[in-house]
Amino acid sequence: MRHRFETLYGAGAGHLAVLLLSVAVAGYAASIVAGDPLWPWMAVWFVAVVVGHDGVLSPLAAAADAVLLSVVRRVPRARPTVVNYIRVPALGAALTFLMFLPGIIRQGEPVVVGQTGLDQSPFLGRWLLLVAAMAAVSALVYGARRLTRR
Amino acid sequence: MERHRPPLPRFRSPLRGPWLTSVFGAVLLAALPVVIVTGLLSYVAYGPQFGQAIPGDVGVLHLPWFDWPASPSWLYRLTQGLHVGLGMVLVPVVLAKLWSVAPKLFAWPPVRSPAQALERLSLLLLVGGILFEIVTGLLNIQYDYVFGFSFYAAHYVGAWVFLGAFVAHVALKLPHMVRGLRSRSLHAELRVPTSETRPEEPDGDLGLVSERPGPATMSRRGALALVGGGSLLVAVLTTGQTLGGPLRSLAVLLPRGRNSAAADGGPNDFPVNKTFAVTGIEPGAVGATWRLDLTGGAALVRLDLVALAAQPQHTARLPIACVEGWSTTQTWTGVRLRDLAALAGVPEPASAVVRSLENGPFAQATLTSGQVLHPDALLALGVNGAPLGPDHGYPARVVVPALPGVHNTKWVRSIEFRSS
Repeated sequence: MRHRFETLYGAGAGHLAVLLLSVAVAGYAASIVAGDPLWPWMAVWFVAVVVGHDGVLSPLAAAADAVLLSVVRRVPRARPTVVNYIRVPALGAALTFLMFLPGIIRQGEPVVVGQTGLDQSPFLGRWLLLVAAMAAVSALVYGARRLTRR
Repeated sequence: MERHRPPLPRFRSPLRGPWLTSVFGAVLLAALPVVIVTGLLSYVAYGPQFGQAIPGDVGVLHLPWFDWPASPSWLYRLTQGLHVGLGMVLVPVVLAKLWSVAPKLFAWPPVRSPAQALERLSLLLLVGGILFEIVTGLLNIQYDYVFGFSFYAAHYVGAWVFLGAFVAHVALKLPHMVRGLRSRSLHAELRVPTSETRPEEPDGDLGLVSERPGPATMSRRGALALVGGGSLLVAVLTTGQTLGGPLRSLAVLLPRGRNSAAADGGPNDFPVNKTFAVTGIEPGAVGATWRLDLTGGAALVRLDLVALAAQPQHTARLPIACVEGWSTTQTWTGVRLRDLAALAGVPEPASAVVRSLENGPFAQATLTSGQVLHPDALLALGVNGAPLGPDHGYPARVVVPALPGVHNTKWVRSIEFRSS
């Protein structure tokens, strides 16, 4: 009986119980907002963030990295490790851009002004400075390493 | 089956494998429960027993009910600072974990059994849940309501969707994680440079190790340093909004990295949690005709600002700590709420309803008995030795230790002390 279940289902009964519980909790949680007229938008956002990550940002990052690697391989005298001195500030720029996007692109400014009394004007400039600083530090460290290892 | 594989992406990084995934998983397993519990505590802190937590009816999906305490005064500052701060610091780790398991997303065939189909559905809830919480949380702390729906309701429901899937994921994967962690020594791995970095041992059906790995362009210690450095960067850019003082200005990309528009370093130059301008309160309403009504006793007690200032004054250093994770600690002076309760003729109130001159969802807040009777719970008339500025609630605002910031009602119009 147990063997038959595992053959049909593909795993043990505990596997099924645990996963059904997680789906049940999700369904129960979703029922909390069932009366909210905007619940379909919540569902859309829930799926959109997964598609945005798995279908857009991850492939873009992988493609950018592939381009970086192929460019570096074609540059004479470039050491392979130079890619990491480009990757690190680029990832730092991407991470801070995504996490602090509203301030950088000045989205939702009227609410920010209403809540804090301050506008979003400094953020783009500050972010660009941060990116420039990360790139500069990375370039300096790379240059120093090349000199000391010569 | 392999012959029918569509042109799905091939993953060639030699770093992917059970060990690396397990390291990221272990960090998240240790830290995410803190983010989850502090988030659920925030719901309790809002006072669901008074119907002022959002969403209103959550069925059984909540922590055991208890009266949110008024001491220590930094309690909500700590729990909510941790919730937002640690949640943000973990973003690079979450992204790294997702990167490390990316080949699983494109595994071929996509489904081998009903068990695997169900597991993939649960993984959608897991990944969707955490990304939804990160995105809505990040937008909320930057006051960007582009999503249109109720942040509170969506973030709470998303948390439970994630939590259910997280528990299931841990239950199913914990043995894999333990095995993965034991497969290599972290200590030894930290000594391996890029030139000597090799793929992990083939992991068969687990499917994390690349079948056709390329040469390593980064060591595993480099990858860990990259993720840790990302977390450190976020920490530097975030914690200032909670710690305040000179560190506040380090939060250069957050709205709460700044104090107030005046920027004069004066007694009222600290972050504002809602400006007077957007409340729609008539300026005359906070002028000479302003009165405070105390109700709940045998007769209405009505006080003007002069009468309030003539009451015994108490000074306390207390934080305003908001749901967005930021906080600011200031020195407040005013009349103790328990003295006002006695004045109203309800010296032992069961609760108190504070109403503001403004309208809107947070125009009133109900306080527990413990919050009203705490010796540092104030109806503040001044801050740092000066009268309250218009944006900080002139002529009078509530400041209660450990109370979520938005319930420290500003521009107070009346307080109703309830005896039952």
